[in-house]
Amino acid sequence: MLTLKCPYTGIMLDESELEAGGEAHLKRYGPESSDDDFESYLFMRKNPKGVHFERWRHAYGSGKWFHVARCTQTLEVFGTYPAQTLKPPQEILDIIAEKRPGWSWDMPS
Amino acid sequence: MSTRLATGGRLIDRSQTQNFSFNGKRMEGHAGDTLASALLANGQTLVGRSFKYHRPRGIVASGVEEPNALVGLGKGHSFEPNQRATTTELFDGLTAESQNHWPSLEADIGVVNSALSRFLPAGFYYKTFMYPRPFWKHVYEPFIRQSAGLGKAPKSTARDPDTYEHFYVHSDVLVIGGGIAGLLAAKKAGSEGKDVLLLEQTAHWGGRTPVDGGEIAGQDAGVAIDSLIAELEAMPNVQMRTRCMGAGVYDHGYVLAYERLTDHVPKSDGPRHRLWRIRTGEVITATGALERPLSFSGNDLPGVMLASAVRDYVVNYAVSPGARTVVVTNNDDAYRTAIALVEAGEKVPAVLDARKDVNGALPEKARAMGIRVLTNTGIAKVKGLRSVVSVDICDQDGSGDVRTGIPCEVVAMSGGWSPVVHLWSHCGGKLTWDDAQACFRPNPERAPTGDTGLGFVSVVGAANGNLTLDACVADVGGKAMSPAEKPLEPVWIMPAKAKGKHRRKAWLDYQNDVKASDVALAAREGFESVEHAKRYTTLGMATDQGKLSNINGLALLSDALGQPIPQTGTTTFRPPYTPISMGAIAGEARGELFQPIRETPMHAWHDANRADWEPVGHWRRPYAYVRKGESVEKAVRREVNNTRENLGLLDASTLGKLIVKGPDAGKFLDMMYTNMMSTLKVGRCRYGLMCSENGFLSDDGVVARIDDDTWLCHTTSGGADRIHAHMEEWLQTEWWDWKVWVVNATEQYGQIAVVGPNARKVLEKLGGMDVSKEALPFMAWADGHLTGIPVRAYRISFSGELSYEIAVPANRALELWDALHKAGEAFGAMPYGTECLHIMRAEKGFIMIGDETDGTVIPQDLGLHWAISKKKDDFLGKRAQQRIDMVREDRWQLVGLETLDGSVLPDGAYAVTDGTNANGQRNMIGRVTSTYYSPTLDRGIAMGLVEHGPSRMGEVITFMRDDGVTEIKTRMVDPVFYDKEGAKQDV
Repeated sequence: MLTLKCPYTGIMLDESELEAGGEAHLKRYGPESSDDDFESYLFMRKNPKGVHFERWRHAYGSGKWFHVARCTQTLEVFGTYPAQTLKPPQEILDIIAEKRPGWSWDMPS
Repeated sequence: MSTRLATGGRLIDRSQTQNFSFNGKRMEGHAGDTLASALLANGQTLVGRSFKYHRPRGIVASGVEEPNALVGLGKGHSFEPNQRATTTELFDGLTAESQNHWPSLEADIGVVNSALSRFLPAGFYYKTFMYPRPFWKHVYEPFIRQSAGLGKAPKSTARDPDTYEHFYVHSDVLVIGGGIAGLLAAKKAGSEGKDVLLLEQTAHWGGRTPVDGGEIAGQDAGVAIDSLIAELEAMPNVQMRTRCMGAGVYDHGYVLAYERLTDHVPKSDGPRHRLWRIRTGEVITATGALERPLSFSGNDLPGVMLASAVRDYVVNYAVSPGARTVVVTNNDDAYRTAIALVEAGEKVPAVLDARKDVNGALPEKARAMGIRVLTNTGIAKVKGLRSVVSVDICDQDGSGDVRTGIPCEVVAMSGGWSPVVHLWSHCGGKLTWDDAQACFRPNPERAPTGDTGLGFVSVVGAANGNLTLDACVADVGGKAMSPAEKPLEPVWIMPAKAKGKHRRKAWLDYQNDVKASDVALAAREGFESVEHAKRYTTLGMATDQGKLSNINGLALLSDALGQPIPQTGTTTFRPPYTPISMGAIAGEARGELFQPIRETPMHAWHDANRADWEPVGHWRRPYAYVRKGESVEKAVRREVNNTRENLGLLDASTLGKLIVKGPDAGKFLDMMYTNMMSTLKVGRCRYGLMCSENGFLSDDGVVARIDDDTWLCHTTSGGADRIHAHMEEWLQTEWWDWKVWVVNATEQYGQIAVVGPNARKVLEKLGGMDVSKEALPFMAWADGHLTGIPVRAYRISFSGELSYEIAVPANRALELWDALHKAGEAFGAMPYGTECLHIMRAEKGFIMIGDETDGTVIPQDLGLHWAISKKKDDFLGKRAQQRIDMVREDRWQLVGLETLDGSVLPDGAYAVTDGTNANGQRNMIGRVTSTYYSPTLDRGIAMGLVEHGPSRMGEVITFMRDDGVTEIKTRMVDPVFYDKEGAKQDV
């Protein structure tokens, strides 16, 4: 039962108010895309033991989508940020880089 | 025989007698007794039969770890199985019955299992009852279920009369365990000004200390604890709860606790149990330690008990578990039991100590009291049939040659102590092996981590491996004095070189009937992982969860595998720590509160007019309105015929109504729907399909264009919230720069379908707006008034009849509904329900989301190509519908189905063809998706998906009844059974 801070209001949200939306920062592939690209977009998901970027929705509340950067192993939350972005905020990337030496952001292709 | 002592008893009040019954026998106890202490006080040492071999079993422990004394409590609606006698507080009128025996506790027929126990080792059931296969279901399983298992489940007709509740709490610090360490930790956190919640699972503060004694900060331990409690009670920021168990520790400081409010005072007001749902900044577990049994032959006979439990019964309840007690130990602590017994005037023939050198302070004190201490001594065998008669003693370092026998009624055993690490481990806390004390203890370097990445659970006291009072108190920064204890010597089997015949009678897990020999067998048969060995032998399962059996079992498994204990590791500790009631889990969510029901504005009218209710999502909708003396089936036929011939009125308020507005709303809806919505003219309606990005059909409904930048999207009744969320997801996470606003206005409007040849007439009679074909043609809408009520009338039809769907502000919907019925009387108006709706749509070949679709069906499968735009570059699902599997020629596709004999096809029936598949089943080429008796056509009609169906129209295929034998010859036809030209709806 995680608690995540809503990036819009700053309120700590309980997992029971939220719905998980899977991996964040997927790039959508549409009608002209190759089979490989589309398959990857539709089905392939990262499942790391460690740093992960996820989508969550405040389903029983504001209805807002936001992103969470967290560690799936230690449950540490590095930060949350609004979903309207292609890339995590630099300050969150910096926090992760400091706490997880050697880790780097892997921009989805 | 066990009995009540003449004096003493720290927790009982001899002035209050309480009557109770056990297996129908009337007994007496005192206020403050547990059921276990009261049973012992009445000489009842036999309390149950074991799980597998039906061996006689007695009380082993004095607390939550009790494996044997599980009883059924209460009667009738209040009956509850598997309650531990040791944690059941006695009350006047308590009724208990023992479990797992037949016909009676004293003469159990299943004890034959015990005689055959040599032939019933671990995995016996798996190995023996495999073949012939059908025997498992019909012979073996019913027999095994009858003879094995613990308490019987309450009768299915029983209805728990008690109430339960959930409690939501936040705290800075949560301390679990109200022993000395927990009290001190709570005081420390409380004096730092933090909000503290302190929980204790029993009815008493202080844990073991009041029994075991010692000095805290220069005071007698009991006195020190009383003043600590008074100090804590005076702190406004400290909340204290007894009878409240910390059940489980979860992510980010979430903790569940289980409070038993009225179990000890059954007829009180208020909830019986309470589930605490706690979110805390910090968890401190002060959960103490549990004593381990020793593994020797016959260690399960009634009378063999934990040494600590024996002294608990003597000191707390003034109960002597038996006339002569032999103490057997590998440590100094158990001498406290010998000393307590002698101080209470009881006889201790000997203390058997497995160690060779025994010279600690407690053994010396025992010797000084005249107690005989035998070193390097173990038990070869406990003798007795239903209770202990004597013990044969032997050299601990030998193989069990009997030195002599000692008559006794009780064996008080101690194999050392194991810290209670369950709560630490629930959320990922790791353990480290303490060689000196032969136990696992929390590894502070690897605590469960919270959202900051730092540990949020810490452990203090005995739970942290500080097993003596001085170490325990020092762990929380206090000072205490207790006798110095010499190291224990690990003893995993007694004697050390015990032979097979002894190992086969040396129990590790009483509750699950697992013996030392079973663990060795599991290792021999390749179950080397501790998790596999656990499942194969059932060691530590059920309510035990590794409380008594864990370490001894791990040690023997390690020994059999020839590896150190830490390498074997432990099994996973799972919440709850001890079982919690189903009632507490459900809380208030039962009966009408289980799930809220959504009601339309006309709900009460339906109820008053004999609606046969059907759940649709969270809604209740009338399935049909059943008249007196009429069957549901007849009512449905009447409604269909009347609607087709006269006038039907349907409460369609549950239909989803999403308002989509903004400069980019058209562009957005073109992405959401497979067809083009941006070109829809203001004032017109269009039927649309929505797909997921996977291409599968997800929802459908009629879309109306309200003005230049506003659309109203109807969704299915169950789909409004889901589709609203679906739209929001794409707007917020993919096209966040598009200017679109979506509002779910489902409950703001009532909606009434006015259907049938007389539909226009009734609206004209109400008056107020032009509803003629010219003013309001098919697939158009108009705002206006009907009998003075503001409405929006849509000319749409889901029945094939002339039809208006009238949207009306929710607070005036019932008024319009009444007016329509009144005005409609002259036109034969009748309300109709969902089944009539379904039949009429099927007669017209209209698909229903959830019938014709199941998450694997694309619109193309349903012949809906006409609703899939070829002009649009993109829409959700377009790319997926180009995937190889989606354009496969032999996909099952929609056809109408008519049985040759006119009968109704069974729902979900499969169409078969020649040959069998890899599983030996008939090859299948299709299935029924909707099937009804059509009153209009007076025959069965159905829709289904069939391989190459649309190109095989007219052919006869075979469906099967679910008996797997009867064939139903069925012709594939156009799915539109009624008014193929659509003339009736467009008048």
